Amino acid sequence: MASKVIHAIYNDDDILMNAVKAVRNEHYHIDEVYTPFPVHGLDKAMGLAGTRIAITSFMYGVLGLIVAIVMMNFIMIKDWPQDIGGKPSFTYIQNMPAFVPIMFEMTVFFAAHLMVITFYMRSKLWPFKKAENPDPRTTDDHFLMVVDAGHHDYKKMSQFLKDTGAIEISLIENEDDH
Amino acid sequence: MYTLPNKLKVFAIVFMVVGAIGMISGFLSVPGSTAEVKEMMASHHDGGHDAEASAEDSHGGTHEATAATDSHDSEEAHLEHTLHQLQNRPWSALYIASFFFFMITLGALAFYAIQYAAQAGWSPVLFRVMEGITAYLPVASVILFVLLLLSAFHVNHIFHWMDPELVNPESDHYDKLIAGKSAYLNVPFFLIRAVIFLLGWNLYRWISRKNSIADDTAEDHSYFKKNFKLSAAFLVFFIVTESIMSWDWIMTFDPHWFSTLFGWYVFAGMMVSAITVIAMVTIYLKSQGYLEQVNDSHIHDLAKFMFAFSIFWTYLWFSQFMLIWYADIPEEVTYFVTRIQDYNLPFFGMVAMNFVFPVLLLMNSDYKRVNWFVIMTGIVILAGHYVDVFNMVMPATVGTSWFIGLPEIGSMLFFFGLFVLVVFSALTKAPLVPKRNPFLKESKHFHY
Repeated sequence: MASKVIHAIYNDDDILMNAVKAVRNEHYHIDEVYTPFPVHGLDKAMGLAGTRIAITSFMYGVLGLIVAIVMMNFIMIKDWPQDIGGKPSFTYIQNMPAFVPIMFEMTVFFAAHLMVITFYMRSKLWPFKKAENPDPRTTDDHFLMVVDAGHHDYKKMSQFLKDTGAIEISLIENEDDH
Repeated sequence: MYTLPNKLKVFAIVFMVVGAIGMISGFLSVPGSTAEVKEMMASHHDGGHDAEASAEDSHGGTHEATAATDSHDSEEAHLEHTLHQLQNRPWSALYIASFFFFMITLGALAFYAIQYAAQAGWSPVLFRVMEGITAYLPVASVILFVLLLLSAFHVNHIFHWMDPELVNPESDHYDKLIAGKSAYLNVPFFLIRAVIFLLGWNLYRWISRKNSIADDTAEDHSYFKKNFKLSAAFLVFFIVTESIMSWDWIMTFDPHWFSTLFGWYVFAGMMVSAITVIAMVTIYLKSQGYLEQVNDSHIHDLAKFMFAFSIFWTYLWFSQFMLIWYADIPEEVTYFVTRIQDYNLPFFGMVAMNFVFPVLLLMNSDYKRVNWFVIMTGIVILAGHYVDVFNMVMPATVGTSWFIGLPEIGSMLFFFGLFVLVVFSALTKAPLVPKRNPFLKESKHFHY
C-alpha cells in the first residue's frame, strides 16, 4: 500500500521543538525527525519510549568485571604465578589490590565498546550502509520532520505546518511500505 | 522569607542537650589512674569486646607473653599507655565531630565559590541554601581553633607531636623524625597557619555573602562581578590552604607517616559530604513548600555530583592504599596495618558505605530524581564519611582502646544539633532565592 508522508523542513532547533509539540497536540503522527545534531529533549517531545541502553551498559560492565577477574585469576594465579615485589600470588584475594586497575579498565572497556556495538545494531547501522535520511541538508543545517499524511487534508496540514515555522513542505508518496 | 519552625528549633536543641550529656559523661568516665584502668579492663574482659576481638587477639597474645616473663614494669607501661588512650578518647570524639561538620561547611563554601567562578547557570536558585550552610563556618572555626589551642596548651594530648620532650635531644623520649620536622611542625607556626587559614576562609564567606545580599537590591551586575573575581581568587587560596590544613589538622595525628595525596583525599570527602548536605537541606526546604523554583533537574544535578564525588573519593582512597600496599615500606604501611588490624570493620565498612552504596543506588538516572532516594543515600554517605574521619583520627590517638560509645555518639549529636540550629537560623535571614543574579532566569528554567 502506498503511504503518503509530508516532509517539513525547519532551520532552527528551537522552532523545531515547538513545532514537534504543536504537531503532536493536533494529533498528527510524526514518523521521524532528522537533525544534523542531537537536539536535547527532542525524544521527550516526540514521546519516544526511554532508551534501555543504560541497562545493557550495566550488564556489559558486570560482564567486563567478571572477565577481568577470571582472566587475572588464570594468568597470575593459576597458569603462571609470579612473585612481583614480594607480593603473595597464591590466592586471588591476596593479590586483589594489584588487579583492581585491570578490573576497572575491563569494566569500562566492555561497557563502552559493547554499548556502541549494541547501539549500531539497534539503529541498524553498519559499514557501507546507504544513508536513510531523505534530504542531505539534514546533515548540514536543516531539520526535517516526517509527518504521516494519512487521510488528512493536505492543504490544511501544510498550512498548519507553515504556521509552526516550516520553511519548506513537500508531499512524498512512497511506493513501498514503510 | 523562611521562618524557623519552632519544632525544628526544639529538635536541634534536644539534640544538643542530649549530645552534651553524652559528651560530659564521656569526659567524667575517663579513668584518672592506672589502677582504675586495671579495674576497668578486669570488668570489661568478660564481654563487650567483640568488636575488637581480632585486634585484641594479636595484642593480647603479646601481652600475655610479656606477663609470663613476670616483668611488672611492662605491664605498668601497658596500663599507662591504655590510660593515655582512654584519656584521649573523649577529646578525639569531640575533635572528630567538630571537624566533620566544619568539613561540610567548608566544602559547601568551596562548592559555592566554584558555582560563581564557573558562572554556572543551573545553581543560582540554590545559592541561599549554600550560604545558609556556610553560615556555620564562623562557629565551626571558633570551636575548632579553641580545640587546637587546648591541644597546644597541653590540656589534652591528641596531637602527640606537640609534646616538647619529643624534640628535646636531652630527653629519653627524643624522636629524631619529629625533631627533623620541627622547623615546620612546631606549635607557634601551627597556630599561625590555623589563624591565617580560618581568617581567609571566613573573610571570603563574609564578603561574598554581603555581596550576594547587596546584589538583590542592586542596579547593575557589579556585585556579581565582584563575587566572580573574589571566588576565583578564593579557590586558589582554598586549594593550597585546604591541603596544608589537612596535613596540619589530620595527618599530624600520625606525625611519622605522610601521604602526598592526603589533601586531595580529605578534599574529596569534604566535597561529597557538603554536596550531600546541600541536597538534603534543599529537599527538606522543598518538602516544606519553599524553593518552588527548584525542580527535579536541580536535585538530579546534585545527585550526579554526589555520585561523581563518591567515585572520586574512592579513586583517591584506593590510589593512596594501593601505592602504599604495593611498595610495602614499613614506615608507610604502618598506617594501614593499624587500620586493618585494629579498625577492620569501620575501615572496610566505610569503603562499602562510601563507594558500593552510592554507586549502586545512584547509578540509575531516574533514581537521582527521586527525592527520598537521594535522602536515604545521603544519610549513608554522611555516616560513611563520618566513619572515614573517625578512621583518620582515632587509630593515632586512642589506638586499640576505641569504641563507639557515649562520647562519640554524644559529640556527633551535639554538633549535629548545633549545625542544624545555626544553618536554619541563617536561612531565615535572607530570601531563599536571590532576586537578580544574572543567571537566575536560566536557573529557574533549568531543565534536563
